[in-house]
Amino acid sequence: MSGVFSPARAKIKERTLRTDKYWLQPAITFGVLFSFVIYATFRAFEGANYYKDHLISPFYSPCLSKACVPEATIFGWTPVSAEIFNFALSPALIILIFPLGFRMTCYYYRKAYYRAFWMSPPACAVAEPHSKYTGETRAPLILQNGHRWFFYAGLIFNVILTYDAIISFKSVEGEWGHMSVGSLVLVLSTTMLWLYSLSCHTCRHTLGGRLKHFSKHPVRYKLWSWVSVLNHSHPRFAWYSLAAVAFADIYVRQVASGAWTNFYFF
Amino acid sequence: MARKLNLRIWRGDSTNGGLQDVVVEANDGEVVLDVIHRVQATQMGDLAVRWNCKAGKCGSCSMEINGKPRLACMTQVSAYGDDETITVTPLRAFPVIKDLVTDVSFNYRKAMEIPAYSHPENLKPGEARMEQVDVERSQEFRKCIECFLCQDTCHVIRDHEVNKKSFAGPRFFIRIAELDMHPLDTLKNRKKTAQEEHGLGMCNITKCCTEVCPEHIRITDNAIIPMKERVVDEKYDPIRWLGSKIRKREGIV
Repeated sequence: MSGVFSPARAKIKERTLRTDKYWLQPAITFGVLFSFVIYATFRAFEGANYYKDHLISPFYSPCLSKACVPEATIFGWTPVSAEIFNFALSPALIILIFPLGFRMTCYYYRKAYYRAFWMSPPACAVAEPHSKYTGETRAPLILQNGHRWFFYAGLIFNVILTYDAIISFKSVEGEWGHMSVGSLVLVLSTTMLWLYSLSCHTCRHTLGGRLKHFSKHPVRYKLWSWVSVLNHSHPRFAWYSLAAVAFADIYVRQVASGAWTNFYFF
Repeated sequence: MARKLNLRIWRGDSTNGGLQDVVVEANDGEVVLDVIHRVQATQMGDLAVRWNCKAGKCGSCSMEINGKPRLACMTQVSAYGDDETITVTPLRAFPVIKDLVTDVSFNYRKAMEIPAYSHPENLKPGEARMEQVDVERSQEFRKCIECFLCQDTCHVIRDHEVNKKSFAGPRFFIRIAELDMHPLDTLKNRKKTAQEEHGLGMCNITKCCTEVCPEHIRITDNAIIPMKERVVDEKYDPIRWLGSKIRKREGIV
């Protein structure tokens, strides 16, 4: 017997005496994240319906495979083979490790999925079911320390997705100065991704958190202060950006497959 | 207006014990510690409870109320429904001594393992000068009242007694962060020892410590995660390591 049932501790047989619905939040987290993983997996392997009339799905950008629709590539740059070991490689599979890695190692998502999926712990002051615990001290969880590398990669992705959002302001014929529902969807998705990235704990640390003397670095202190404000809302931005990216992909998929028409305001 | 309150109090010691039901009068504005004192005065004269300031500043009356680690003196009875039973137990992460009193000496042993502030040798007493922006981060951590609710709720030790040897806990991570961020502290290896001796890597950021802190210290966001990032600077970031070698910088400035 260990943990709350250790010999010297108060003899209480319940794993928790909490009376509130402590299970609700992890259950919702589990449901939403699991649904997203199922959908993202399906879309990553689909390899189609990711581009239509200057709209590109964020799941497929940057499109680096030789199998990419030419208009979806960055200036025609396709350095990756269309197949590997005779297996047709979806363009999304080449790049999704980066946004996936950024979210998997995110300090907020760690809390969310350790609670919801691994029940370590299921909720505060609720005994976890595991008999051993080593945390993030050994493989594979020690790889969580690589969060900053995914953060840097994420910034590059954000620049590319911003470019995608900008070119969505072209008409079907390629003329600038037009705006469609798709433009708004991509702008919203990209904005949320920027807010999610800039509010990240690693961003906060890199910009100024690692300093010992703020007074010697006034510009970095100011940047740190701004990011600290955003950092309060990091969990919110994590969910908003996840929802916005998923919706952007659904929208582009529906438009590309012909199910929905992309309405142009002007 | 007074009301009858159903209270369930854990009574016993390290060998045996259980929950006992009592009905006690509660008045408007009273906190759980008030009704515990009334039970002690009227029904259970030998009920053991640790308390001191009744103002949320001494950290003595830490216990678990309806399963949540809380200060009894800061928990309003009116927060619970009229027909709700309030269950009060000792902290479940530490050995119980008697009734609601636990042995929290684990925390004092851990406190002694943290190296103290190291003053610059070239500064005589009275010569130290610091700017407010440089001490703000450390000052947040100085609000800690050492109630040890964060230690109690941390699953690393609450659910794994064996980890107490190698894990200092959130209260001491804010102590390490306070010193590592201190503008005058000269000890260089706090990050390394935080990871290798005090078990920083065992924390998996589930933020329960922050949720229960009565002083609202952002333990995870402002202390543990920044310390983890500082450890990454030193141990898992080859580019930063290389940069520090080339530019011959002595760590963080």
